Amino acid sequence: MKALVAVKRVVDYNVKVRVKADHTGVETANVKMSMNPFDEIAIEEALRLREAGTVEEVIAFSAGIQQCQETIRTALAMGADRGVLVLTDVELQPLAVAKLLKAVIEKEGPEIVIIGKQAIDDDCNQTGQMLAALLGWPQATFASKLVISNGSAEVTREVDGGLETIKLKMPAVVTTDLRLNEPRYASLPNIMKAKKKPIDVMTPDDLGVDVTPRLITLKVEEPVKRQGGVKVSSVEELVAKLKTEARVI
Amino acid sequence: MSILVVAEHDNKSVKPATLNAVAAASELSKAGAGDIHILVAGEACRPAADAAAKIAGVAKVLIADDAAYGHGLAENVAPLLVNLAASYSHVLAPATTQGKNLMPRVAALLDVMQISDISGVVSEDTFVRPIYAGNALATVQSTDKVKIITVRGTAFPPGAGEGGSAAVEAVSGAGSAGLSEFVRAELSKSERPELTSARVIISGGRGMQSGDNFHLLEAVADKLGAAVGASRAAVDAGFVPNDYQVGQTGKIVAPELYIAVGISGAIQHLAGMKDSKVIVAINKDEEAPIFQIADYGLVGDLFKILPELDAELAKTQK
Repeated sequence: MKALVAVKRVVDYNVKVRVKADHTGVETANVKMSMNPFDEIAIEEALRLREAGTVEEVIAFSAGIQQCQETIRTALAMGADRGVLVLTDVELQPLAVAKLLKAVIEKEGPEIVIIGKQAIDDDCNQTGQMLAALLGWPQATFASKLVISNGSAEVTREVDGGLETIKLKMPAVVTTDLRLNEPRYASLPNIMKAKKKPIDVMTPDDLGVDVTPRLITLKVEEPVKRQGGVKVSSVEELVAKLKTEARVI
Repeated sequence: MSILVVAEHDNKSVKPATLNAVAAASELSKAGAGDIHILVAGEACRPAADAAAKIAGVAKVLIADDAAYGHGLAENVAPLLVNLAASYSHVLAPATTQGKNLMPRVAALLDVMQISDISGVVSEDTFVRPIYAGNALATVQSTDKVKIITVRGTAFPPGAGEGGSAAVEAVSGAGSAGLSEFVRAELSKSERPELTSARVIISGGRGMQSGDNFHLLEAVADKLGAAVGASRAAVDAGFVPNDYQVGQTGKIVAPELYIAVGISGAIQHLAGMKDSKVIVAINKDEEAPIFQIADYGLVGDLFKILPELDAELAKTQK
């Protein structure tokens, strides 16, 4: 079977983001961009499925501007077999991405789709669930363990109170949580090899998908900064202050 | 048109996160949207529905009692909500793992773009939500007919869970979609309050050095009636399970008192706790970023300070 993994180009998680002076968004010019960390985990999981013989081919998908190709190259350097890039300058929201993914999936026919649980830029946490809905497939979000056998996927999920295990009929959509695996680094030879791997490029029009944004961003602002307080010199002083000054204990 | 809130519950009682979502719905009501209704979808969930009917400000409770809804599988519950959504202008759920799992599936089936994790209501169609791990706040306007929303609980102080007397009305859906089944749950057993609803939280970071050392935090937590949390670094190091994690990729909390022990204060951790009312930081590194946002900082060795704190609390509680 084939596995398809969606990867998103986002501001690197180590970058301290700055809100633009005109409040239209966050500064992304001359800022380091990387693959969304949860998507790295998704690629890793697909590669492990291929190494275990469950999956024959791993396809890396991304959508957005031309530079998203670099994110696909990173996935190819990690070991994905080929890429699909949907090229558009329109700001893509999760519903639009899910529709693009659905159109590509209908052409490619993967039986398992693995996606990061959320992107660390818009923090939406929607695309995987939306895609599963549009395809009429089951979903397992926040996965910390994935076992595929006999046409079904048993997935352990990280839920608020602990862990929950569910069983899905394949084909299925799985979204990754942190503990699913530890992604590998791309080796230099693999980075070189990745340059020769094929990437199909298409547009939303080619796929017949309307990607018009449904949410309009009116403004983006900095949150109110929290001010630091005082240093105390002893445990007695701390407890006294919490009792009489802050009145929280 | 009315507002529908999807209750978070365990069939017997309603989880506190529901009250935060009702609080967000009340703001929408004040902004011009209609009455607040609550959906309790579950199995043998009448007790939870009766509890929901007592929540102040709720006009009606819908109960969907079906074995297929017992474990909240999104494949089964989403079609039920899609049918109900036709009569509502807004459908809200708490931004818990349950709400985050379910609501985007509902939104996509309705061809609507969800508004995730709102922290403010500006008007009936305009909301504030944190992006980039809370390092920026976006004000967004929805152009969709039905607003599908998840609510960041810490941003909406809960209203009263008692005092209401809403009617409970049965609704039904198609039941099982036959796509997924519940296998088992391994829920962390704890006598302590849940992280997301605790009044006091004490969290440990990499500085704790091992999982065993968390008993030092637990001793203090017992004195304060506190929940115990951890930073992502402590979870990644294998000290404690992931459900302890406070931060952008874990739980978002805003207790009255947050005590960070051996936590340096990475952006991703701060994103999960910086809305706490009072923050205490205990760290041996004077330069740790956590001190920049802490109301009270204590520089020193946590292995010396925690037993002292335990003893001091025991003394003052007598």
